[in-house]
Amino acid sequence: MSIDLQQDFFGLFGLHRRFRIDEAALELAYHDLQGRVHPDRFAHLPDSEKRLSMQWATQVNEGFRTLRKPLPRAIYLLELMGVDAGLHTNTAMSPAFLMEQMEWREAVEEARAAGEAEELAQLHTRLRQHSREVFDELAQQCDDEHDYAGAAETVRRLMFMEKLQHEIDDALEALES
Amino acid sequence: MALLHIAEPGLSTEPHKHRLAVGIDLGTTNSLVATVRNGIAVCLVDEEGRAMLPSIVRYHADSRIEVGRSAAVAHATDPRNTIISVKRFMGRGLKDVAYIESMPYDFVDAGGMLRLRTVQGVKSPVEVSAEILKVLAARAQASLGGELTGAVITVPAYFDDAQRQATKDAAKLAGINVLRLLNEPTAAAVAYGLDNAAEGVYAVYDLGGGTFDLSILKLSRGIFEVLATNGDAALGGDDFDHRLFCWALDQSEIDPPSSEDARRLLLKAREAKELLTACEEASIKATLGSGEKVDLVVTRDQFASMTKHLVQKTVAPMRKVLRDAGLAPEDIKGVVMVGGATRMPHVQRAVAEFFGQEPLTNLDPDKVVALGAAIQANVLAGNRKEEDDWLLLDVIPLSLGLEMMGGLTEKIVPRNSTLPIARAQEFTTYKDGQTAMAFHVVQGERELVADCRSLARFELRGIPPMAAGAARIRVTFQVDADGLLSVSAREMSSGVEASVLVKPSYGLTDDEIAGMLRDGVERASEDIDARALREQQVEADRVIEATLVALEQDGDLLSDEERAAIDAAIAETRQTAAGHDPRAIKRSTEALSRATNEFAARRMDKSIRAALAGHKVDEIQV
Repeated sequence: MSIDLQQDFFGLFGLHRRFRIDEAALELAYHDLQGRVHPDRFAHLPDSEKRLSMQWATQVNEGFRTLRKPLPRAIYLLELMGVDAGLHTNTAMSPAFLMEQMEWREAVEEARAAGEAEELAQLHTRLRQHSREVFDELAQQCDDEHDYAGAAETVRRLMFMEKLQHEIDDALEALES
Repeated sequence: MALLHIAEPGLSTEPHKHRLAVGIDLGTTNSLVATVRNGIAVCLVDEEGRAMLPSIVRYHADSRIEVGRSAAVAHATDPRNTIISVKRFMGRGLKDVAYIESMPYDFVDAGGMLRLRTVQGVKSPVEVSAEILKVLAARAQASLGGELTGAVITVPAYFDDAQRQATKDAAKLAGINVLRLLNEPTAAAVAYGLDNAAEGVYAVYDLGGGTFDLSILKLSRGIFEVLATNGDAALGGDDFDHRLFCWALDQSEIDPPSSEDARRLLLKAREAKELLTACEEASIKATLGSGEKVDLVVTRDQFASMTKHLVQKTVAPMRKVLRDAGLAPEDIKGVVMVGGATRMPHVQRAVAEFFGQEPLTNLDPDKVVALGAAIQANVLAGNRKEEDDWLLLDVIPLSLGLEMMGGLTEKIVPRNSTLPIARAQEFTTYKDGQTAMAFHVVQGERELVADCRSLARFELRGIPPMAAGAARIRVTFQVDADGLLSVSAREMSSGVEASVLVKPSYGLTDDEIAGMLRDGVERASEDIDARALREQQVEADRVIEATLVALEQDGDLLSDEERAAIDAAIAETRQTAAGHDPRAIKRSTEALSRATNEFAARRMDKSIRAALAGHKVDEIQV
């Protein structure tokens, strides 16, 4: 009975199934696991062991990638809880949020059109600040209130915000080059 | 307690058995080979005591092949058959190479990777590189006094899949077992980090003869984790030479030079560039084929201003890599300089200005990559000791994707993903009864397929006829620790696996490699059967030895019957390996490998359980 390669990532890294995690513990466990399964440890061994090592190292990387950043971690956690965050199908948002998004977008568009790198950098910082607050809200919904339906909506809001963040970054990059 | 003592995989259990392994820096201008001797990494030198082998290959009419310094002598008299900077051609088509029009070669454009017509026939850049590798491998075997277990070969971090594959193919042609393709800046970080017991976030600025890389690494508790990498696979010291060469042409109003004169002047330009590192001015003096003389003086400031745009080209990647890593210049604890071109004072100034600190230049920028590769090779070959508890976690430099309708790229694996990585995506058919589907794999960051690098095309055939949109075709990208991609496709509802025939856009097919291998063996008048036999015997020994070590460590994981089956398979392999039938050895080796599959899986589980147990303890302590 071998360990299931598909086992849940929280378990793989010895973490509780929660949104708030000890990031240092995650990293420590990640390094420890890669130290045992990484292909560099198996380079001199027969092909069958190399294959096994690659499968495991791939899985450990995927787990770390999923848990390290809060948004993919939340989506994954909701999936484990049997809640479909409806990322592709459910695009209904509260009017207040949509209004806020439009304002952000207009600000980004204006700064981009005017070639205001400074302004874009500021928007970047403000948006990051704002998403930190929303992530706090998400943590409460997931870990304290166990309100997964509410958490799913917060995740969708955060997806919008992340997309906006990328647009700001792209605009900055375009201005630099 | 003895029960809890778990030997880690990869640890050498037989200290007396030291495997010979080397690190090879296959550079644009110079190549080096290094090894770990008595625990210290050293570069291996030729009979005259020189470590650097100029990456120059000359094909003679009498079928001799000359590599290195002696080949360089003919660079101006026989430029067509004397190939320099071949690394720039690896995995590249004719239209990809800058100032190809001023190169003296007789190029052959058959689509895909370019070829060179020489006095010894048409050569692929892979074959030319293999000649350089052969010389280095021979130097290593002579110096170490035995057969090599394998080599780590370095590549620019920003090399794409085609360039990496071409490098690996060159090693195969040279008869070298590649333990790993290692990114050059990562190799440098290993040499630097282990030497200085460094901790924190470091940047490696690697400007070589023809390539530029910038990697950000986090060093903590022996883990070298690449956070992001960026660069330019066609920017290096060569471009500075070329700029100075163009300036010299302008000044002396030569237009156009013969290919012999061009070579002569280019080499003079390079010498002047190197002089300017130490001197305020340098002269470029040459006598052309016509008897005309060139006599110019260039100052350091002139040179800096005429190559400013080249230095500037390294700044954008610096910004990008920091953004990808989510860091600011002040987060960087140290900047390690690698590659001969970083000796130029104005390059050092630009880097110091960007990061707000003086770069580290305490390691020889020419040797640090080979030394790092040697350290890694020593560990990968199975000479790991308790204290070698460090590990490299590297990334893929450029995103991988598929072509979608309308010539757009769908990214499957994002850049800077830690290796190894696998990603899958589902696609569907767009016509009723469609039984085949074509895929085009590309690499790069741009949205349009035309702006990305074409890697390969393949087809999935035998999809059961269904209504449009009903088939579910799952395409999986797997990138291994060498940064090399393999793609598979499967129709999920029927389970039809793709009869995937990959046609590399800029690579060699397996048949071409087999053909070149045959030619090479014939040339060396080596017995092809003897070579096959020896290879199989080495492989059989390797598998038997690894199995014995595993049995010694974890034999208790097996039942008596399981143990008996493995013992029998070992005996069988030993017996065939003593004979002379390579196919029989291969069969029994594979059978032994199969017999230990389950055992290997259990050992892996045991190791992972131990890791999990370790975490639990940590949690309690918190």
